[in-house]
Amino acid sequence: MDEKDRILLHLLEENCRTPEKELAVLAEMSEEDVKDRIGRLETDGVIRRYGAVVDWERAGDGNVAAVLELKVSPERDFGYDRIAERIARFPQVRSLRLMTGAYDLQILVTGPSMHEIARFVSEQIAPMDRIRETATHIIMKTYKENGTTFAGREEVERLPYSF
Amino acid sequence: MRDFVSKRARAIPPSGIRKFFDIAQTMEDVISLGVGEPDFVTPWCVCEASIYSIEQGSTAYTSNKGTPQLRDAISRYLDSRFSTRYDPEAEIIVTCGVSEAADIAIRAVTDPGDEILVAEPCYVSYNPCVSLAGGAPVPVLCRAADEFRLTADALAESITPKTKALIANFPNNPTGGVMEEADWRGIADILVDHDLLLISDEVYAELTYDGDHFSPARLPELRDRTITLNGFSKAFAMTGWRIGYLCAPPEITAAALKIHQYVALCAPVMGQIAAYEALRNGEAEKDAMVQEYRLRRNLFVDGLNNLGLACHVPKGAFYAFPSVESTGMTDVEFAEGLLREQHVAVVPGSALGPSGAGHVRCAYAVSRDDLKEALSRMGTFLESLK
Repeated sequence: MDEKDRILLHLLEENCRTPEKELAVLAEMSEEDVKDRIGRLETDGVIRRYGAVVDWERAGDGNVAAVLELKVSPERDFGYDRIAERIARFPQVRSLRLMTGAYDLQILVTGPSMHEIARFVSEQIAPMDRIRETATHIIMKTYKENGTTFAGREEVERLPYSF
Repeated sequence: MRDFVSKRARAIPPSGIRKFFDIAQTMEDVISLGVGEPDFVTPWCVCEASIYSIEQGSTAYTSNKGTPQLRDAISRYLDSRFSTRYDPEAEIIVTCGVSEAADIAIRAVTDPGDEILVAEPCYVSYNPCVSLAGGAPVPVLCRAADEFRLTADALAESITPKTKALIANFPNNPTGGVMEEADWRGIADILVDHDLLLISDEVYAELTYDGDHFSPARLPELRDRTITLNGFSKAFAMTGWRIGYLCAPPEITAAALKIHQYVALCAPVMGQIAAYEALRNGEAEKDAMVQEYRLRRNLFVDGLNNLGLACHVPKGAFYAFPSVESTGMTDVEFAEGLLREQHVAVVPGSALGPSGAGHVRCAYAVSRDDLKEALSRMGTFLESLK
């Protein structure tokens, strides 16, 4: 990883559909170099996948989302890893993190209705071994996701000319 | 009734882009590359600090030369960033933007009849400020062949017994040209030989892309014959806050301070508080903006050269200064045609000094998408000329 790799990663994170030719101009390198570097970053698992940031509320798909906080008893030799892997396998789980503080694991869950999420928590997550406590928080509105602000703000008009 | 307008005011030439401004006002979908300011909004931490201070009732005059905490922060910043040392008590004045700093610097040193050399093409204020101070502005041309550096030869040719000072702005508006240490050493010898003062406007210092900015006051022989001007507008996207500063040896600073206190009293306190926050916590966002300008430069200059508009790679500021000679048009014709036909606003180089003729200034302080759209429209315009 060097400075050029970092610039490429930032550009791809911002818009992964940017053509390689344009990436080459922006990052001051040849197109071959861009291809080689991206290939290596993919192979090394630095780039995990390419996706879009979707405003699902605007898309109106009717899905709901909740943040779950879990208190978990860690296992000897494995810590939180094995239980985290089990939880991560559920497709309802969009993200999963180990946290410091009052609880251990934080999960983002999505589902077609609040009822479905409640069922998932009470029937799949809460009864798992080693889970001591759960708290479920319903997401009411998303203001910013992955660095992108969703709330539309009027652009301030600038003068067409100034020295 | 008498004609009340003074001869001095009357003698100031009208703005070279008034006509363009009027045309652009009638259009809906103009992509403006004519603006000399960042398109970014001021970093939020800076806005927030200022809003909070207003809520706390911080709305009064400050010390004429600026709040002690801001002068102190500027002094430390200049030392760590550009290796120049200025005493916050005796050698720094916070001003209403660099525009005011330039004005009071020029007035502090100009006597009637003095010739003040102005390295051009350049920002439009220097010449009128010199004239209003009773001096005579004398252009020193920077040329495309030298990547718009100021050369020792060009400087030496322009000096007369009446010459008192040189005004230079690097990184340069409008060319994006920069001066490195070796370039300044050549200039320093001449300034010392002829006992001249340097007024160095370094408002684009942070926007230096290939290598580090070199501040001429770093040279010991220039330290005490240099007035350094800088500000927050470009580096921290703070144009509307109007905060700049002047740094000079104590005697010159004291003279400039007298003028500043009578014409401006002090720079706005909200802006000073914002500027202090910018120096304390704004660095990461500044760096991100500089990185983005660099990407835009790469994109835009590559695009211009592909269109056949020859453009050197500007190493600083956020301006590309391509030649339009290949079109057979003058810079004014090109700028007017491009605006009327394709609704892209650029500034004709001749509005920024005679050596700017044949070039147009394109500010790439707009989004990359807008730059691509502007390039595509410029391509359509160039096709239509064939």
